[in-house]
Amino acid sequence: MIINGVSIDATFAEAFPMKATRAIITAQNEKWAMISAQAMTGFATSVIACGCEAGIERVLDPSETPDGRPGVAILIFAMGGKGLAKQLETRAGQCVLTSPTSALFAGIDEGEQIPLGKNLRYFGDGFQTSKKIDGKRYWRVPVMDGEFLTEATTGRVDAVGGGNFLVLAQSQHQALAACEAAIIEMKKMPNVIMPFPGGVVRSGSKVGSKYPALGASTNDAFCPTLKGITKTDLSPEIESVMEIVIDGLSKEDIDNAMRVGIQAACDLGAANGIKRISAGNYGGKLGPFHFHLQEIMA
Amino acid sequence: MSALTFTVKQETAQRVDMSPLSCQLLKDLSIAEIAAIELQNGKRKLRVDELFEIAGTDTQQIVIKNSFAKLDFIAKDLQDGTVTVEGEAGAYLAMGMKSGSVTVNGNTGLYAACEMKNGLLTINGNAGDFLGGALPGNKQGMKGGTIIVKGNVGQRAGDHMRRGTMLIEGNAGDYCGSRMIAGTIAVMGSTGRFLGYAMQRGTLLLWQQPTLSATFNDCGSHTLAFLPILFKSFAKLDSKFADAAQAFDRVQRFGGDMAEKGRAEVLVKL
Repeated sequence: MIINGVSIDATFAEAFPMKATRAIITAQNEKWAMISAQAMTGFATSVIACGCEAGIERVLDPSETPDGRPGVAILIFAMGGKGLAKQLETRAGQCVLTSPTSALFAGIDEGEQIPLGKNLRYFGDGFQTSKKIDGKRYWRVPVMDGEFLTEATTGRVDAVGGGNFLVLAQSQHQALAACEAAIIEMKKMPNVIMPFPGGVVRSGSKVGSKYPALGASTNDAFCPTLKGITKTDLSPEIESVMEIVIDGLSKEDIDNAMRVGIQAACDLGAANGIKRISAGNYGGKLGPFHFHLQEIMA
Repeated sequence: MSALTFTVKQETAQRVDMSPLSCQLLKDLSIAEIAAIELQNGKRKLRVDELFEIAGTDTQQIVIKNSFAKLDFIAKDLQDGTVTVEGEAGAYLAMGMKSGSVTVNGNTGLYAACEMKNGLLTINGNAGDFLGGALPGNKQGMKGGTIIVKGNVGQRAGDHMRRGTMLIEGNAGDYCGSRMIAGTIAVMGSTGRFLGYAMQRGTLLLWQQPTLSATFNDCGSHTLAFLPILFKSFAKLDSKFADAAQAFDRVQRFGGDMAEKGRAEVLVKL
């Protein structure tokens, strides 16, 4: 398959089941809601070392938030329910509770309920008060700038993590330009995040390493500087490869995000140095979700 | 099916226990069986068809017409279904109500919504003392649900209240929120003496400046984030509280009762 001169590999991205939740952070203005959201989703690029993968889903209009203030929706993904609950609570406590004027709400009502502010309330040292409004429990925790309002719980749902595609280009700046164009379009899609910095990862990994202590190491088959000395997957004209990783609340959400992202990269076309779109997988043996590039782009 | 309607033929001299005529108890009964139910009337029993003319068949929609102030325990332990009272209701209206809705187009007596658990009670008149309270000797009053009173309420509204929302469009008598454990009471009109007496936790939300006892301390003026959410939850109600113009988030906060736990609050609109 070739789109605008860009070759779409007959391969697939391999993804895994994860647990996820959405939280809504509001504040006095969008600036402070965003600061809090950025803090809460910081250091959350990969479960390999961060404990979770998190990102900003979108900015919310005041009419969309529970308290009528500007807000930001974030999504957090983890490999298991316990890990998700731990990360959510730790991050909420250190990054939202602490952030001026913030309030924190559930972004998903269905699914198993996991603590959001349920335990953060103890920061109130007995001065915290609860309000049950329309069946939802809220905690009001007195803090130095006034009151921290948080919903007690949020819903945990099954999700999919690790959808991905690779952009292979003639130069580094062309690969980055294609990824930036893809991310702009993918950020418009609901229920997905691209957890790596700016949505793009330049250090895709393979499973295993020559060093026994490491579970993952550089994906040498896609490293352009190793073309001549390893079993490369790159043709001579490829000088740079970048990857976009997608976590979504469902397989369909990832399908949709990959489609618009790949299309945006292909729109730049071969004329702008974009040569191939590929994807990372482990032979199909590890992850139950397979995203076949050519099927998605058909 | 039309609503099962009980029309009072003639007021009785003694009080009537209406608890057998709650929706959940009539669900599987025929009209003949319902007509034969005996109601306690003072020290004697009275057949339903002696006291009421009966019309309609839908036992999950009950209407009581020409109701008077001696009909006690209307909609007791109500579970689903709706009860509409045209006229006055006696004591213990909607006592222990679990779900459903009750509307009274008139005044009610003592202990309306006593130990109510959930559901919606609308009183389009005045309510007597101990609205949403606990039975004497019991430690927990209303535990959930919403009460709307379009008129005034008597003394000790929300006594021992544990959870839920009480919305009073008119005035509240003395000891409003007394011994309250938690929950929210909002009063648009005036409040009487000893507001929040021995109140442990919970919120009294007031539109008018109250006279507070010395055991409530001024905590200053604040913008509280939960208030817009609370007011938004009122939007669907048939009440002045649903009017967005009545909403506010800026309040003077008084903490108390310091003679008790001191974790309750009186929030006064600024």
